[in-house]
This record gives sequence, structure tokens and C-alpha cells, in this order.
Amino acid sequence: MDIHFTPEELAFRSEVRAFLEQNLPADIAEKVRLGRRLSKEDHQRWQKILNKQGWYAVNWPVEYGGTGWSVVQKHIFDEECAAAGAPRLVAFGVNMVAPVIIKFGTQAQKDYYLPRILRSEDWWCQGYSEPGAGSDLASLKTRAERDGDHYVVNGQKTWTTLGQHANRIFCLVRTDPSAKKQEGISFLLIDMDTPGITVRPIITLDGEHEVNEVFFDNVRVPVENLVGEENKGWTCAKYLLTHERTGQAGIGLSKAALAHLKDIAGAETVAGRPLIDDPLFRARIAEVEMRLMAVEMSTLRILAATRDGGVPGAESSLLKIQGSEIRQAISGLMRKALGPNALPFLEPELEPEFDGEPLYRDYSASPASQYFNLRKLSIYGGSNEIQKNIIAKQVLEL
Amino acid sequence: MNFELNEEQQMLADTVERLVRNTYGFEQREAFYQSPQGYSPEFWRQLSELGITSVPIATDYEGFGGTGVENMLVMKELGRGLCLEPYLHSQVYAAGLIQQLGSVEQRQKILPSVASGEQLLAVADEEAGTHFHPEASECTAVPCERGWRLSGHKRVVIGGELAHTILVTARMSDGDGVSLFLLDPAAEGVSRTGYPCIDGPRACDLELSDVYVEADALIGPAGKAGPALAYQRGRALAAQCAEALGSMEEAFRLTLEYLKTRQQFGSPIGRFQALQHRMAEMRGELELARSMTILAACVADDPDSSERSRRLAAAKFVVARASELIAEQSIQLHGGIGMTWEYSLAHHAKRLVMLTHQFGDDDFHLGQYSALLEIPRQASRQVA
Repeated sequence: MDIHFTPEELAFRSEVRAFLEQNLPADIAEKVRLGRRLSKEDHQRWQKILNKQGWYAVNWPVEYGGTGWSVVQKHIFDEECAAAGAPRLVAFGVNMVAPVIIKFGTQAQKDYYLPRILRSEDWWCQGYSEPGAGSDLASLKTRAERDGDHYVVNGQKTWTTLGQHANRIFCLVRTDPSAKKQEGISFLLIDMDTPGITVRPIITLDGEHEVNEVFFDNVRVPVENLVGEENKGWTCAKYLLTHERTGQAGIGLSKAALAHLKDIAGAETVAGRPLIDDPLFRARIAEVEMRLMAVEMSTLRILAATRDGGVPGAESSLLKIQGSEIRQAISGLMRKALGPNALPFLEPELEPEFDGEPLYRDYSASPASQYFNLRKLSIYGGSNEIQKNIIAKQVLEL
Repeated sequence: MNFELNEEQQMLADTVERLVRNTYGFEQREAFYQSPQGYSPEFWRQLSELGITSVPIATDYEGFGGTGVENMLVMKELGRGLCLEPYLHSQVYAAGLIQQLGSVEQRQKILPSVASGEQLLAVADEEAGTHFHPEASECTAVPCERGWRLSGHKRVVIGGELAHTILVTARMSDGDGVSLFLLDPAAEGVSRTGYPCIDGPRACDLELSDVYVEADALIGPAGKAGPALAYQRGRALAAQCAEALGSMEEAFRLTLEYLKTRQQFGSPIGRFQALQHRMAEMRGELELARSMTILAACVADDPDSSERSRRLAAAKFVVARASELIAEQSIQLHGGIGMTWEYSLAHHAKRLVMLTHQFGDDDFHLGQYSALLEIPRQASRQVA
């Protein structure tokens, strides 16, 4: 048994770190560190830098432009990116729809869509959830009826993250209303500028426009935009969900957040003493850091087990629960670290273009709003309760 | 990074697993517990014959020269079987102290007979007022002609009744710091009061009244045993995490089996989502405990450093929290049957909880970790 990274892996870490030092734009890193919102342009600028280096589509097979990295290398890359303050990649294109197209798509779909994703020419969003289909995703009702060379789509999607930036959406639609729940579903690629699509913002509790509702009113989608077989979309959906869940432990993000928390606790004073010297608060940081160490060790164990091509099983459900709880706990401590200074709701200071003087300190505007925003972590990607159902069924066989 | 066992390690694990399974059924354990010795000399003899007692001892002293990983493999199985023998305190902790602090003569004199299982050791490092801080010992060592006189009251010496030699902490009457002495429990002025602990193994209190020990009874430099005690407690807690892991795995297995068989309201109770979710949570904590046990085993023998101390403190913290959770919830999910002496689950629950009362509980290690918390430079700088 050996818990150490190999010399090659350590060399890789240095290479990634050096790349980030030279190429990650300082203004973007600063926004990420301070928890400010990022613009579409910020995301795309970073995606293009990564793509130029050949490090954007890390999860793709090499022949499609992937890196061929091992799972351990990918983990190291994620961790270094988070530590440096790189934006978390918007996954819908590069890490969600692309693997589905690679696995189930036609040659024409691959040839058309994949290069556009690599070059950041397309911004994808995800049309999964509906008002009546959340955790019970398979009960979705958006219909797609065949009409000659087209499907005619009617219905509504919701919680569409960053849909306001997107020019394409991948959707789960019901193509056979008479079939059993999971069986009548298909996976469709839709252009957002097709007539009949309306996007409406949903403002979340932190005041942010991050998610949307998308309405489909007789939207005509060419049949060649179907991925895989008609009525077999659930297979694509499940494949994609396993991709989505892997890496959801967010070890690197939690480590970066913990470092920022310590910074704040060092800068904030309580009755004239740095908060970090308060034994109770320090113990709270220690507690979450120890749990993070444990989740990291579990992640490394899974990585080692899947290094030679294994697929992480239901363990990823455990990691999703534990990882999200830790990130939420850190965000809670960050909010508490500010005491009354967490109260002011200064939206302009959170905006991507803000470059004025902060009312209090550069780090103080975001913790409370981040804390509320991150409640989503235990809800999306299969709520933590759904993950427990999965563990009970698949691991414990209850 | 590699979490696989090599062939030799796998064989070791299998050997102990088989021996425990064959000789340490729950009824046998109860008989060992009820016997006057409170453990199984026969099981100890078998451990010795198979070379298991020698695993933690260095090869220079006729040991197997095992690392934290080998200790983990042995202790996990002893934990699964709720074994009563003082393997951890004698073979890992006490022998480790002698290995680290003892002179070559002391090591040569003592360790081979410990490795062979003939001589049992114990460590008397807790007193009424120490609570996991052996450096706070108030027992005194007064220098006298050709030796010292020890006085004080030692509490809860695990395996102390059986031990042929006990390592006693004491404070020099004329100096700071804690020292470690070899004590023959049959020496004049020593009185031992034995009792079972609530989780099974036996322990004793030691009353030391002007007990004379010779000059060569001192292990290591006078007043300087503190760092070695801390280091060896780290090795011991790593092994103890494995003991807890073995017991947790068994308690979890029994509980899961029970949920699949116990019928209420016309179905197995494992169909109820409230219970399913609790089991999923326990499974999650068990997995974290397993990860930290492995981490602790891998760093237990590293040179002393804050990094090692942090990782060991974190391991004990995570394992102690998981142990309590699984102990409490296993009883709860079993209902009444989990409350009975006649069912092994209850004894696992007791063991899991009481293990946290040795080598520091979760709060103790939270404090340790907190004191060692790494603060980035930026945090100490005041932001204007």
C-alpha cells in the first residue's frame, strides 16, 4: 500500500501548475476566489485558453481531441485548476452532451458538433428537469411527435442552467406516451433559435440569474437531431448522469474554498482578535478539514480502483453526498466568519464587471449569497436523498 | 498510489481472519470473558505459533518487522472477532515504546520474548487527572541509591493484570517532563486491582507506594519520554482505528442482515425508507472510516512531523465519530434485541464506543488537529 503519487504524477502536477501560473487570466482567478459572478465571455476566454493547450476536453477519447489522461491525472488537473482559481468548466457541452454524442451519436453529429464544442462556438444547456419531473426525472412530459422529417416538440423545461447564454439545448422528450415511463423517452439536440422556443429567467434566492425556464411551442426539430434510437433516450440519460456524478465530490473546489475561509478568518477580527485564533471557530474549520481529508482519501481509493478502466459504481453516490455536504459546510462557515458583515446584499459588487471600491472588504459581498446559492449542491444531479435511495438499492440491496 | 495488498499481506490477513473465525465465535468469546483470566491463553498461543504476535516487532529482535499496514490487517480481524487479548497495548504500544526509547540491552532483553508471545507488556500511562495526556502524569520518581522510588496511582491499565512487565510513566521529583520505567508488577509496594472493562477486555489500577526500581529500569532519557509517548500513541491509534473498522464492518453486516429478515407491518423493515437512508448514511461514514484507517496505517511509521500528527488525529477523529454513529444506530435499528447481552451486536456497539476512550476521543483529536491547523500566510496578514 502506498498513498503517494508517482514521480510521473508529481511531474504532471508541476506541469499543470506552471501552465496555470502562466495562462490563467488574473482577473478571472480573482473573481473566482472572491466568489463573484462570471460572464459568458469569462468562461469562453478560459475555455479557449484550455483548448489551445489541448486540455479542454479532458474526458474525451484521444481520437476526438481528448487528453488520454488517467483518472488520477484528471483528478490532479481538477485540483490544481481549483486551487489556482480557474472557473469551474460549464459541463453541459464539453462534459455532458459530448460524451453522449461520442458514445451514441451518428458520424455526422460527431463531425458537426464536437469541433464546435472544442472551439467554444456552441454553448449547450441541458433540457432535463420539468416542473413535474425533478428527482422523478422519468415522469417528464415534454412531447416530441413525428411529422415527416421533423419532430414537433411541445412542453416546458426548467432549472436550465445558463440557458440564457446557450445556442443549443439537449433535451429528453417523450416520443411514445403509451410506453412505460422510462421507455418512451428520446434524446434530442435542439437549436435554441428555432421558432417557438422561449427562455425566461428564474432568479434564485441569492438574486442571481443562473437558471431559466425554457418553453417549447410547436418547435420543429429535424429527425437527424435524434441521438441514439428513438425511445431509447433513457440509456443516454443514465450514461450522462454517471458522467455528471463522477467528480461531484468537488475535492479541489472544497480545498480552495477552505483556503479562502482561512484567509477570511485571518482577516476578520472578533473583539480585536483574529477570528482564526478563536478556539471554537478554529475547531469548526478543523472538523470540516478532517472530513474533507477523509472524502479525498475515499476519492483517491476510487481513482486507484478505476485507474485501469473500471467504472465507479454507486460509491460515487456516497461521494456526491459527502462532497456536497462539505462544500455546504464550508460555505456556512464562510458566512459565519463575517458575522454582521455578511448582511449587506451588495449585488453590484458580485457582478463580473465590478471594479469599484467594496463597501467593506473585497471578500465580504459574496459569502452569504454563495451560501444560499450552494444549497443547490444537495438538490441537483440527483438530490442527496435520491443518492441514498441508490445506495440502499444498489449497494445494500435493501 | 496503490491500495492493494501484496501477496504476503493478503496471506497475513487471511491467516488472522481464519483463526479468529474458527476460535472466536461469540459463544467462545463469552466463555473466554467469563474465565478467570478473562481472555484465551490458547488463542494467544495460536497467534504466537503463527508468528502473529511478532508482527509489530522489528526483525532485529526476532520480530516480523511489520509496518502500520500489517498492524492494520491484524487489528482489523481482532476487532471483527471482538478479541479480548491485549495485542494492541502489548505488541504495538508497549513494544513500540521499548523499541523507540529502550537501550540496545533493554530491547534485546525484552523484545524477543514479547515477539514470541511469552511475555506480555502493558503501559500504565493514565491517571485520574491525565485523560489522554500522559505528559501530565503526577506519579513521582524520587532518585535513591542505585535507582528510583515510584509513587502514585495508575488508572485503567489495559492488560495490566496479565502483564509480566508494565511500562509506567512518572515525573522526576527533581525535574520537568515525564519518564518511563519498567516495572515488575510483583515488586514490593505494587498493588494491582483488576476488573473487566465494559467492552470486555480486563484492566487494572496500580497503587505504587515507594516502589523501588533499579537504575536500568529507566527507559530512555529521564524526563524526555513525552515525544516518544506521543509518537507511539500515534502508532497505537492507527492500529486501533483498524480494530474499530473490523468491528464496524461486523456491526454493519449484522444490522443489514437484520433489516432484510425482520418483518414488521408485513414486510422486511429494510423496505422502509427512513431505515434505508440511515443505513446509507452509516455506509458513508464506514467508508470514510475505512479510508482514514488506511491513511493512518500508511503514515503510522513515518518520521514524526506535523503532517503525520494531523493525519493521525484526523483518522482517529473520523473513526471515533463513525464508531459512535454505527454503534448507536446499530442498536436502534435492531430495536430491543440490540439491547441484549446474548447478542454479539450489543458487544460490538460497546466496543466501538469504548474504543474512543483510549488514545483520545473525537474531541481530544479535534483539539489536536485544531492546534496543528495549517494557516496560509495570507490569513495571518490583516486586510486593511
